[in-house]
Amino acid sequence: MIRVVLPAHLKTLVKINREVELEVAGVASQRSVLDELEFRYPVLLGTIRDPSTKRRRPFIRFFVCEEDISHDDPEAPLPDAVTSGREQFFVIGAMAGG
Amino acid sequence: MSGVRVLVGTRKGAFVLRSDGLRKNWDVSGPFFGGWEMYHIKGSPVDPNRIYASQTTGWFGQIIQRSNDGGETWDPVGNQFNYDGVPGTHQWYDGTPHPWEFARVWHLEPSLSDPDKVLAGVEDAALFESTDGGESWSELSGLRNQDSGSSWQPGAGGMCLHSIIVSPKDPERIFVAISSAGAFRTDDGGKSWRPINKGLHSEGIPDEDAEVGHCVHHITMHPSKPDTLFMQKHWDVMRTDNAGDSWVEVSGNLPTDFGFAIDVHAHEPETVYVVPITSDSEHYPLDGQLRVYRSRSGGNEWEPLTKGLPQSNCYVDVLRDAMSVDSLDKCGLYFGTTGGQVYASNDEGDSWDAIVRDLPAVLSVEVQTLA
Repeated sequence: MIRVVLPAHLKTLVKINREVELEVAGVASQRSVLDELEFRYPVLLGTIRDPSTKRRRPFIRFFVCEEDISHDDPEAPLPDAVTSGREQFFVIGAMAGG
Repeated sequence: MSGVRVLVGTRKGAFVLRSDGLRKNWDVSGPFFGGWEMYHIKGSPVDPNRIYASQTTGWFGQIIQRSNDGGETWDPVGNQFNYDGVPGTHQWYDGTPHPWEFARVWHLEPSLSDPDKVLAGVEDAALFESTDGGESWSELSGLRNQDSGSSWQPGAGGMCLHSIIVSPKDPERIFVAISSAGAFRTDDGGKSWRPINKGLHSEGIPDEDAEVGHCVHHITMHPSKPDTLFMQKHWDVMRTDNAGDSWVEVSGNLPTDFGFAIDVHAHEPETVYVVPITSDSEHYPLDGQLRVYRSRSGGNEWEPLTKGLPQSNCYVDVLRDAMSVDSLDKCGLYFGTTGGQVYASNDEGDSWDAIVRDLPAVLSVEVQTLA
């Protein structure tokens, strides 16, 4: 079970005020987690990644286990701490602008 | 009893202002979509409860919201704006070819006859259409692919398609305007387009009378005279009486003819309103005095309207989509400022009151006249 923490604006869009719990089939990676997240909440399509290229939007970052994994291979397996649910997968809106 | 609903888009959310036909006491609700840039919100002329809204941020991209109950509740609909085919390139600021990239929706234009049909003007400049209430979007790519498209170049505000007018006489005829490209017209429902910029004269571009490349800020039309359009260009207020085949300048005695907003009286097709702004390097009213100018002669002779508007120390701007009219008797006018005020007049502009004074910077104002 993956625990995903969304930024405030995306929580509002999906109309929840807590972390999202996802079950991901197969190897859990950035890509498979985001695929499942967008499948569960289609309103998020395009808000985190480009819907065609799947490229991360410029002001979005992914943090796990106190590391920024935004530039890692999106297919790379996530750490056990994240796949076991001990640590969260954070989707971050960059602190920029007002 | 009749009433009005004013849909206000701001840099940090949307607001809905409601009043009865007297337009003196107002109920303000919002913010909706707090923290998001609300570029434009507009209701269907056929079903006023159907409203479309463009919600965007640099962080999370584009969302389109739709309300079916007059703005009480909203639901996100489709946000996939994919250019048709291989998009190709336009000119970048440095003159190099640059791929077309979708940034945001600037303007939503609901159909005059079908509440599920709506056009969207986007940045990088293109026109999209939805026929299923905003669930899906397809590009009317004849505009972007006409001869001049690859030569379009963004201005300081981005290369946006910001004005869309569907002719009430002929739904196959659509006018659009694109910042720093100019005005364009189709007569076949969007399949083919041609520039309609003859008569525009713009200092600051290499060929001052070029077919394209003019920085058109906004265009407007009175539905009873669908061949007459009024334009606020970067500099110059213009009019055409032949559907854009040729334009003439009608700036006349305006103290400055730079500006963004322009609109036409609901019942008098020759009564036009503009808000003059000092210059392209000073985006605030001349001498710190916020003045709407009205022409009752279709341009050239203009009178300042100042009653109720700040006449000292006012340095706000009024953006291109931030002025609108209702169709009550007397015609009401509304405009919003980058300082967060929304001003209303219930007497054709003779006098003004602020409905609200401290909203975020106002990007757009649209009015619905309710039975």
